Amino acid sequence: MTEHCTEQELEAPRHVADAGQGVAEVKGEPPVGVETASRGEPVRIGRRPFLGGALAGGTGVVALGLLGERLASASPTVAAAATKAAPAAAAHQWAMVIDLRNCNGCKLCTAACQNAHYLQADQTWIGVFTMTNAAGESYFMPRPCMMCEDPPCVPVCPVGANFRTADGLTLVDQSRCIGTRICMNACPYQARYFNWGDPRPAPRQPFPQEPAWPVPQVKGTVGKCIFCAAMLPAGKLPECVASCPMGVLYLGDLATDVAVNGIGNTVKLSSFLAENDAVKFKESYGTHPRVFYILGHGQDLETDPQTG
Amino acid sequence: MSDQQASDLPSPGLDAAVRTREDLRSAAMRPLLETPRWWWPAVIALGAVVVLGVVAWAVQLADGLGVAGYNDQAFWAVYEADLVAFIGVSYGGAVVSAILRLTKTTWRAPLTRIAEATALVTLPIGMLFIVPHLGSPQRIWELVWPPYWNLSSPILWDFFAVSTYLLATVVFFYLPLIADLPVAAARLADRPGLRARTCRLLYRALGGNREVTVSRRRLIEGSIGLVAIMVIPMAVSVHSVLSFAFASSSRPGYLETILPVYFVVAALYSGIALVVVAVAACRRLFHLEAFIHPRHFVRLGFILVAFGAVYLYLTFTEYLVDGYSGTSGLAAWVAQDLTGRYWVPFWFYFVAGGLVPLAIMAFRRTRTAAGVVTASSLVVGAMWVKRLVIVIPPATEPLVRSPLAAGGVLAGNWGSYHFTWVPISITLAATAAIPLLLLVLFRFVPILPIAEMEELESIEEELTEAVEITAGTGQLRVPGPVGRPLIPPASACAQAAPLTPLAPTATTTPSGGLGPPGFRDVGGSGRGSGSTFGWPR
Repeated sequence: MTEHCTEQELEAPRHVADAGQGVAEVKGEPPVGVETASRGEPVRIGRRPFLGGALAGGTGVVALGLLGERLASASPTVAAAATKAAPAAAAHQWAMVIDLRNCNGCKLCTAACQNAHYLQADQTWIGVFTMTNAAGESYFMPRPCMMCEDPPCVPVCPVGANFRTADGLTLVDQSRCIGTRICMNACPYQARYFNWGDPRPAPRQPFPQEPAWPVPQVKGTVGKCIFCAAMLPAGKLPECVASCPMGVLYLGDLATDVAVNGIGNTVKLSSFLAENDAVKFKESYGTHPRVFYILGHGQDLETDPQTG
Repeated sequence: MSDQQASDLPSPGLDAAVRTREDLRSAAMRPLLETPRWWWPAVIALGAVVVLGVVAWAVQLADGLGVAGYNDQAFWAVYEADLVAFIGVSYGGAVVSAILRLTKTTWRAPLTRIAEATALVTLPIGMLFIVPHLGSPQRIWELVWPPYWNLSSPILWDFFAVSTYLLATVVFFYLPLIADLPVAAARLADRPGLRARTCRLLYRALGGNREVTVSRRRLIEGSIGLVAIMVIPMAVSVHSVLSFAFASSSRPGYLETILPVYFVVAALYSGIALVVVAVAACRRLFHLEAFIHPRHFVRLGFILVAFGAVYLYLTFTEYLVDGYSGTSGLAAWVAQDLTGRYWVPFWFYFVAGGLVPLAIMAFRRTRTAAGVVTASSLVVGAMWVKRLVIVIPPATEPLVRSPLAAGGVLAGNWGSYHFTWVPISITLAATAAIPLLLLVLFRFVPILPIAEMEELESIEEELTEAVEITAGTGQLRVPGPVGRPLIPPASACAQAAPLTPLAPTATTTPSGGLGPPGFRDVGGSGRGSGSTFGWPR
C-alpha cells in the first residue's frame, strides 16, 4: 500500500490531502513560511493536553494534578516548556532542510557534531543512515533531531527534563534528567542518545553546561541534537551545516523565511521547499517535524504511519 | 497434623485432617517459636545472593548503565522486564486474598496469609527495580518532589499507582493480622530473647494489645472487605499504567491497544503461580500439610490455567493480527519474535508457560499438587522470559529505515541486548530476596491467619448444620453470605472468648485450653464429611 502513497508524495506532497488522507493532513501541506506558525490551530490536539486530559479524567486525581501543576509551573524549565504554545512570538523559528539529492554519505556532519559536542563514537546526534529504495539502490539520509512542533519526547518525561524553546528547539535539561529513557522510547526518529558510561571529557567551553550547549555530556542522562542552539544567536551555523561540503544541510528560519547551507547558498525557504517538493520524515505521526527533506533521485522516505 | 498433637485428637477414628484449635495455633506460630536447622544457612545463602546484587548495582552506579549491556538500540531491557515481572507477581496476593475473599470462598483461608505476604515482599522488590533502571538514580527524589512532576508522563502515573498499591498491600496484609496479634502475643508472652521482645513491641505498636471485641472484629472485617474491593481496581490500574509507559511510543510491539490487558493478565497469571510456589514451599518447610491440602493446589491450579488460557489467547491475538497486517514494522517485529532473533525465548514461553501448564491441568493423572507446583514453577520462569520478549525486541527495532527496502523487512539495522553479569546478579538478588524476606517475615507474624480460619471453621459448621437440619424437611435453606452473623451467636460464642487472650488468664495458659477441646464438634463426626475450612471431600 505504501507504493501508491509514496509515489504521490514524491511527486507532489501537497496533494496528499486530496488523496483522501483526512483533514488533519492539510496542515502538513504547505511546509513553508511565516504562516506556518499560525496555521491549523483549531484542529490541533497536542500530546500534552491529550495526556493531561486523560490523566485528569482517567485517574481522578484532579486535585493532586492541579497542585502539582501549580507547583511545577513555578520551576523555570517547565515554565519554558509552557511557552511552546505561542512559538510565533520568538524572532526565529529554526528549521532545517536536507537536500538528499546531494548527500554522498561522507559523514563529515557526524564527525563535526561529535567533535564540537565531545560525543562518543556511537552518539550520532546527526546520523547518516544508509537507506535502500524500492529499486534496491542505496542512498544516504542524514537524520538530526526533527525539532518537532509536537514532540512526543516532551510529555512523557516524568520530571520535565525535555522542553521546547520559544524559537522551536526541543532541548534536554541534563541537570534534571533522571535517565528513565522513556523519551528514547517515544521518539519515532531514534534521535536520542543515552550516556551509558562516562562522557568524553571536554575542555572549558565558551558556554556554560546548559540545555542549549550540553557539553560535556552527563553520565546517566539523555542527549540529542540541539541544532547547536547556543551558537545560533551569534549568527553561526550549526556544526553539521557548516561542515557539509556538498551543501546538503540548510539551516532555515521559518520566521524570516530564509535558509542557508554551508557552502554559501542562501535560499528563500518557502519557495525552495515548494519548488523541490520537500517532505517531512514520518510526518503523519503527528509530530510536525521542522526538518524538511528534498528527495528526487529515487529516494523514498517513510512518510506514512502505517508502515511504522 | 504433627506427631505430638496426634494423640490429642479426641477420636482415633478421625482422619488426620481434623484438628483442634490448639493444633492450628501452634502450627501458625511454629515459625516464630522454633528455629529449624536449615533456617540460618538458608538466610545466609540468600543474603549472600542479595549482597552480590548490591555489589553489581554499585559497579553499575560507578561505570554507568553500559555495563548492564544496554546501548542506544536496546535502551530498555532486563531491568524493565524485571520491574514488570516482579510487580506482576505481587498480584497473586491480591487475587487469592481479595477475589477469593469477596467471593466468600472459604477454602482460601489457610492460604491468605502466605499469599498476602508474598505480595507484601514482591511489590517493594519490584519497585526497587526503578533504581537500577534509572540512569541517574541520585536524582530519584525528583519523582517525589512536586515541582519536578510532569503530570503528562506515564512513568509518573505509574509511580503514583504503584505507591498507592503498595500502601493498599500493606494495609491488606495488616488488617487480617490484627485479630491474630493477641494470640501471637500470648504465645510469646513469657519467652526470653530479643526477637520475642521485638515481636511483643511490634504487636503492641500494631494494636495487638487491644481486646478483639465483637464490634472491633466487625470493624476489621468491614475494613478488609472495603480494601479487598479497592485493591482490585488498584492492581488493574498499576499494570495498565505500567503498560502505558511502553505504549506511549510509535514502536511496533509497544504501540498496542492490547498492552494494558496483556500486562494485567500476565501479572495475575504469574502472581498466582508464585503464590502456588510460595504456599508449597511454606507447606513443606513449616509442616502445614494438615491445613493446606493437595486439593488447595488443584483449585489454585484451575485459577492458574484459567488466566494462562486467557494469556495464551491474548498472545495469539496479538501476533496473529500484527503479523497479518503486513505492514513492515509490525511484520518485522512479529518475525523477530517467532522465527528471528528472539524465537528461543518466545517459544520457551509458549511451551513452558502456556501449553505445559494447560496440559498438566487437563489430565487427571497430572492434576495433582505436584503437577500444579511444577506448572507454577514453569510459569514463574516462563513469564519472566515472556517479559523479556515483550520489552526487548521493540526497543531494539530500527525506526529509521526505508519502507520499500528490497531486502525485506528484516534488512534493517536491528540492535541487540547482551546480558552481562550485572543485570543477572541484580535479578538473582531480587529473586533471592523473595524467600529471604518471607523467611524473615514469618519470624514475626503467624504464618496462618488464625482468627480467620477459626471463624470460617465455625461458619462452616453452621452451614453444615443448616444443610442437614433443612435436608430432613425437604427444604434446603442455607443461610446466605449476606446477613450472616460474623460471630455465630450460639454455637461459636465459646470461640469468641479466646480471642481476648491478653487477659491475664490467657497468658497463664499459653499452650492449650484456649478453646474447647474439640474445636470441631467431633461428636458429630457422622456429618463430618464436610471437612474443616470448607474443604469438601
